[in-house]
Amino acid sequence: MLMTYLKVFLTGGIICLIGQILIIKTKLTSARILVLFMCLGVFLEGIGVYQYVVDFGKAGATVPIIGFGRTLAKGVIKEVSTKGILGIFTGGLTATAAGIAASVIFSFFVALIFKPKTKHS
Amino acid sequence: MKKNNGLGQSTIVFKNKPRIESYYSMVGKKEGQGTFKKYFDCILNDDLCGQKSFEVAEREILERTILGALDKNNVDLSDIDFMIGGDLLNQIISSSFSARHFETPFIGLYGACSTMCESIAIGAALVDGGYAKKTICATVSHFAAAERQYRTPLELGNQRPPVSQWTVTGSGCTILSNTNRGHYVSMATFGKVTDYGVTDANNMGAAMAPAASETLAEHFKDTGTCPDDYDLIVTGDLGKLGSEILRDLMEHRGYKLGTNYCDCGQMIFSRNQRTFQGGSGAGCSASVLNSYILKQMDAGVYKKVLFMATGALLSTVSTQQGETIPCIAHAIVIERGEENADDIS
Amino acid sequence: MNKEERNKRYLAYVSAKSPKTEVWPSLFFAFIIGGLICCFGQAVSDTLANWFPYMTETELGAWTLVVIIFITCILTGVGLFDDIARFAGAGTIVPITGFANSICSSAMEFRREGIIFGMCAKMFTVAGPVIVFGIISSIIIGVVYLFL
Repeated sequence: MLMTYLKVFLTGGIICLIGQILIIKTKLTSARILVLFMCLGVFLEGIGVYQYVVDFGKAGATVPIIGFGRTLAKGVIKEVSTKGILGIFTGGLTATAAGIAASVIFSFFVALIFKPKTKHS
Repeated sequence: MKKNNGLGQSTIVFKNKPRIESYYSMVGKKEGQGTFKKYFDCILNDDLCGQKSFEVAEREILERTILGALDKNNVDLSDIDFMIGGDLLNQIISSSFSARHFETPFIGLYGACSTMCESIAIGAALVDGGYAKKTICATVSHFAAAERQYRTPLELGNQRPPVSQWTVTGSGCTILSNTNRGHYVSMATFGKVTDYGVTDANNMGAAMAPAASETLAEHFKDTGTCPDDYDLIVTGDLGKLGSEILRDLMEHRGYKLGTNYCDCGQMIFSRNQRTFQGGSGAGCSASVLNSYILKQMDAGVYKKVLFMATGALLSTVSTQQGETIPCIAHAIVIERGEENADDIS
Repeated sequence: MNKEERNKRYLAYVSAKSPKTEVWPSLFFAFIIGGLICCFGQAVSDTLANWFPYMTETELGAWTLVVIIFITCILTGVGLFDDIARFAGAGTIVPITGFANSICSSAMEFRREGIIFGMCAKMFTVAGPVIVFGIISSIIIGVVYLFL
């Protein structure tokens, strides 16, 4: 139990650490970091490597945006094998629909209720 | 070419001494906790100013500042010939929308953060030339409105780089007139657009410092003065890094800036306010000039001040297209009216 | 000295003079907060697995993301998220929290320009590229697998 959480913590922490190093070294903005990590996730799942990271780090590997890319790739690969060509188009978004839909709907209501505030520092 | 009322290429001398009849400053809460909290005329509690958006709040701040300046020395609005000003928002909406309420001829300017200096220089020229009796010169900026226009949404969780500056929520208004009392604007030096190839829109200080050194050197050359001739040489919003660069650049040109040099942006926030390089924005130099600097001149601490505001003339589009940042700096010289000394004693 | 040469020298001087991010504290916070967010995700996943033993791995993963996204949006709404992110940096950008925050903050920011052309149209100003690149790269993977 404790061991699992230690692995989760390490995996997630190291992925974020790499992101922070990139921010400091290359002055990438947050949007670029997100794109980069997501594409990395798609690529790693595509070549079949990322599953090992997920087996080791569990949520530490799926919660970062890299895991989002992995879900996209996984969805496509699965649907291509079951549906053929149409799966290329439907697979990715079907698998990640929950994340995108949740972001949109929660953001929608939050934006209706709350107003942006001036930063203080 | 030597101009009629000019010295050298860029400097004009105002022979008729346009006077500063009244001045007023208003700042937001964070600025009101900074170094100059004792000097500002009004400190807002609420950055929204009771309005529905930050843009409307910016307008409200400008209007209140102008009214404050009029009230402070009982200047009648009907005596004002021109209102001159600008701000940072697209199409300078804060200034032009505010001008609706004053029903006076309006000259809208855009010089980014240098606008305060530019408007005083033009206002002084109008008064000096006898084209106007009184002019309002005012600029404003608002942190939240500038942030959403130039950078990212307010609630986006990103880290500001250590070279960045904090747009000041604030406004300043100076009323110039052809009376014979008060401090007067004696000279103005208009700057050239200078570009040393800086592309990092976060590093405004480094982008603007070359323009500042260009104008400052031009001013010293035109007027035959040197840094020690002024009690205070103050730049608008170069920030900590930018003003250090300016010192280096000036030394390179053979002028050594001593302890009489300082920067509004660097001074306006205290060190523990986590603004990194300090304040910026059209309201930064405007609010500091119309509070601390002019009040110190009233008190007789400074007799001759060289006030130079710098501006980065970029837009979000030019930044995204990878263009470098052209910058400008204008300088004015404000001298203490000796008539004032009699009033005080 | 020509202008290009002057600019090159000036830029070199500026980059030497400019202060740098304090590397170690920022790395430390990114690591710790990023790790904690993932641990929280694991805890959510484990709890759900306890409550609903028949849920598949994929469903658990999706629910975990939904919960984290919900909390992120609420924190963004009340204005706490950017305060945490100031320390965390990549620690909050890289987890799904960064994605949710970028959508939520844009939606909030442009709400004042109206619901249709403000909030809804500009919701993806920051996160849009993520979705576009996500779809494109997944399609590339799909095409590759189709011919394998």
